[in-house]
Parts: sequence; structure tokens; C-alpha cells
Amino acid sequence: MSGLDGSARPAIAHGMRLQWEPVQEAHVLLYPEGMVKLNGSAGAILERCDGVRTVAQIVADLERAFGSTNLSDDVTAFVELALERGWLELRE
Amino acid sequence: MTAPGKGGIGPPLWLLLELTYRCPLHCVFCYNPTDFAATGPELPTAEWLRVLREARALGAVQLGLSGGEPLVREDLEPIVAQAHALGFYVNLITSGVGMTEERIRALKGAGLDHIQLSFQDSTREMNDFLSSTRTFELKARVAELIRRHDYPMVLNVVLHRLNIDHVGEILAMAESLGAQYVELANTQYYGWAWLNRAHLLPSRAQLTRAEAVTRAFRERVGPRMQIYFVVPDYFETRPKACMNGLGNVFLGVAPDGTALPCHAARMLPGLEFPNVRAHDLRSIWYDSAAFNHFRGEAWMKEPCRSCPERQRDFGGCRCQAYLLTGDAANADPVCELSPHHHLVTAAVAEADRAAAAGAHRTPLIFRDHRISIAVEPQRGAPAS
Repeated sequence: MSGLDGSARPAIAHGMRLQWEPVQEAHVLLYPEGMVKLNGSAGAILERCDGVRTVAQIVADLERAFGSTNLSDDVTAFVELALERGWLELRE
Repeated sequence: MTAPGKGGIGPPLWLLLELTYRCPLHCVFCYNPTDFAATGPELPTAEWLRVLREARALGAVQLGLSGGEPLVREDLEPIVAQAHALGFYVNLITSGVGMTEERIRALKGAGLDHIQLSFQDSTREMNDFLSSTRTFELKARVAELIRRHDYPMVLNVVLHRLNIDHVGEILAMAESLGAQYVELANTQYYGWAWLNRAHLLPSRAQLTRAEAVTRAFRERVGPRMQIYFVVPDYFETRPKACMNGLGNVFLGVAPDGTALPCHAARMLPGLEFPNVRAHDLRSIWYDSAAFNHFRGEAWMKEPCRSCPERQRDFGGCRCQAYLLTGDAANADPVCELSPHHHLVTAAVAEADRAAAAGAHRTPLIFRDHRISIAVEPQRGAPAS
């Protein structure tokens, strides 16, 4: 684990765009000459990565929205993966 | 999943608009049709805007604007603005000729997301020779404009026998320009490149050296520069999943409005490609005979028809099958299971011999309007 801090503020990386595609019924992440179609949970997480909310706030928000608890590990793992892939970047 | 659509046919997620065949360069490896001069007039602005609206409604989301050189279209900015407003991710594929501070600012303002700049080589002489113009310094200036306007620096360099030995210098140039992504795209043999194949196909030794240089460079620079090395199909033993299967995700529109399931597909005989002037995109994509022809597996012959890999590679490239064997429904001869695979290995063997021997008898044919009028639409073996 890279030990992502709960106070980190992830945002969609520069040059990437997240948008909802009605025809695909999915969020997609768009980047130069490429596209990733996201599953429901990935879309729900990335949608909240606005560079303002912290990871902890995103977790709390998702737990509220999905009536769930203990999402922290899953969300953190996904955010770390997305950082590694260059989909997300951290804001000050 | 296959999205809503018709009969399991997914949406055309990738739209490529070849806005014009006009181009200030004369590249010997251009994939444009060799008879481009015989095609009809370019679509006017309003038609391109309608194509964008119709494609977006079908679910298209990645947009490539290319040509020819798209910057020669004076209406590029309104086209980009419409695409952006519709929610496309807009990629401009350009040689950089015609790009100025003023235009890049206007394009950025219109919502252009990304610019891919092509280079022929890192040395001005080779660059100018291969494109038949003196454009290298201009490209370096355009790279600077791209950086200044906060676009990711994405360079595309087409490799072939005449420049592949310079791959180390090419990568050094890319690094000095601050490139984040570099595509080292070996020439594939369609269009003008097919005519010039005997000059352009590298030898196996050249390819191996270039790959080794690229690997070493990649290890040195690490993740700050992503380098993609695309091997010429002819050196593979299995074919590429060309276009992810014709009619599955890609929709191209040629300058005259001809809708194509692959930008090279125009050469395929027996198919009448519909024109966007006469038909709406929905009926073109879902209902036209040309787009349905190579969907599914009914068209396949052996060895593809019973091949366990047919759903992975769709039998490879229809255009390559046609150019090399005369029948677009044959297996792509790149596949070592193809009964025509010897055509590919023979071309590579010839390249090995020619590279060893040095100079070539026949002249290179530069992409040119005048020559385009004179050449036959392509079929059969290229000149050797």
C-alpha cells in the first residue's frame, strides 16, 4: 500500500474527462485517442473526485449514497489504482 | 456489454472525420487512397456539422479530425466548436503545417481537447526528404505552441526502412520537446505506402535494433515519457484485431462524405459505401449493406471460420487480405495459419535482401495530386 492519506484530494487528471454516456449507460473516462468505460462503482467514485473533497469525505458520501459501511478500503484501493494509471491526480 | 442499438450492433464510439485530402506534405507512406484526386468535392461546413450531430446521437464520443491536413480547412474552428458542444472528446491529427499562435488559441477556445503532432524523422534532412518539404523547424515551433497552450505533448513518428535506424535520435528529439507520449508507428502497407512497400519495409535486423534502442530509452526515461512501438504487421504471426472488427466501433467519413468502416476500406471491391449526403448516419451504421457485410462471422472463410481465435482478431485486416490475396474475405496473410502467409514472409525476405544491398532501382512515389490522377485504384502486388 502506498498509504494514501484520507485527507488527500483527488481530481480527474489534467487532459482527462469524465462524462456520462447515455448510449453506453455508463460513465466513461476520455483521454487522448482513448476511452475507458467504467463500471458503476468506479463511475460513482470518480464522479466525486473533484479536487475539493478529501478521500475520507468521498468515502462518507458513498457510504451515505449506497446505504453501506466499510467502503474505505475499496475506495482507497481504487483511488490508488486510478492515481497509478494517471486517471486521477492529487490537488493541494 | 453491447449498448442499445439494433440487433446486438454496438454504437460507433469512434468517429474519424477526414476533412480533406488536401495536404501540403507529400509523404511516401501516406495511407490515403492513391486515387484521392478522383474523389468528389469536400463536404461543406453545414454537412460536417450535421454528421457530428447524427454521430453523437448514435453514441459516438471519441472524435478524430484528420485528412489530408485538417488545418487547411478554414472551418476547422466551427467544426471543433460544434463537436465540443455536443460532448465529443476532440482529437486533432495534424502535421502542424498551418498551425499558428492565432489558430491554436482559436481551437483551444473552441474546445479542442488534444493535438497529435506527426513527425517524419528527427533530422531535418530526412524529415524534409520524406515529406518533400522543409517543415521540420515549423514542427518544432508547433510543438512549442502545443506546450504553451497546455496540451499534452503527443508525437507520432512514422517509421520505415529509411528512418528506423534513427530511432534513438527520434526519441532524443521527442524528449527535448517535452513529449509525454510518443507513438513510433511503423508504416503499415496501404495507400501510398503500399505503392512504396519495396522501399519502406524494414529488414528484420533493423526492426530488432530499433526495438532494443526503444527498450533501453524507455528504461532510462521511465514513466514521464510513454513510448509505444507499433511493429509492422508483416513481422507478426497473428493479425491485429483491425478496427475491432469492421462495423463494430469505428465510423469514418471521407472528405467527399463517403462513410467507411475503416479509413482504408474504400479500396474493397464489391461494396458500395454510402454517402452522408444521401443517407443519415443511423441508417448507414445499422442498415447499409456495406457496414453489415463484415459484421459477425458469416463472411469468414477457412482457416478463420473454425479458428478458436476468430472472436479475438476477427480474421485481421480486410484491406490487407484484399491487397495481398485479391479477396477481402480471406484470412489476413499476416496470420501464420493463412495459406497466403508466404506472401508476407517473402516481402520480409525481400526487405532483408534490399536493406543489405542498399539503394533501390525504382523511385519512391511521393503522395501528389498529379500522380494521384495518373495512378490506378489499388489492387494487386506493389511495384518491386
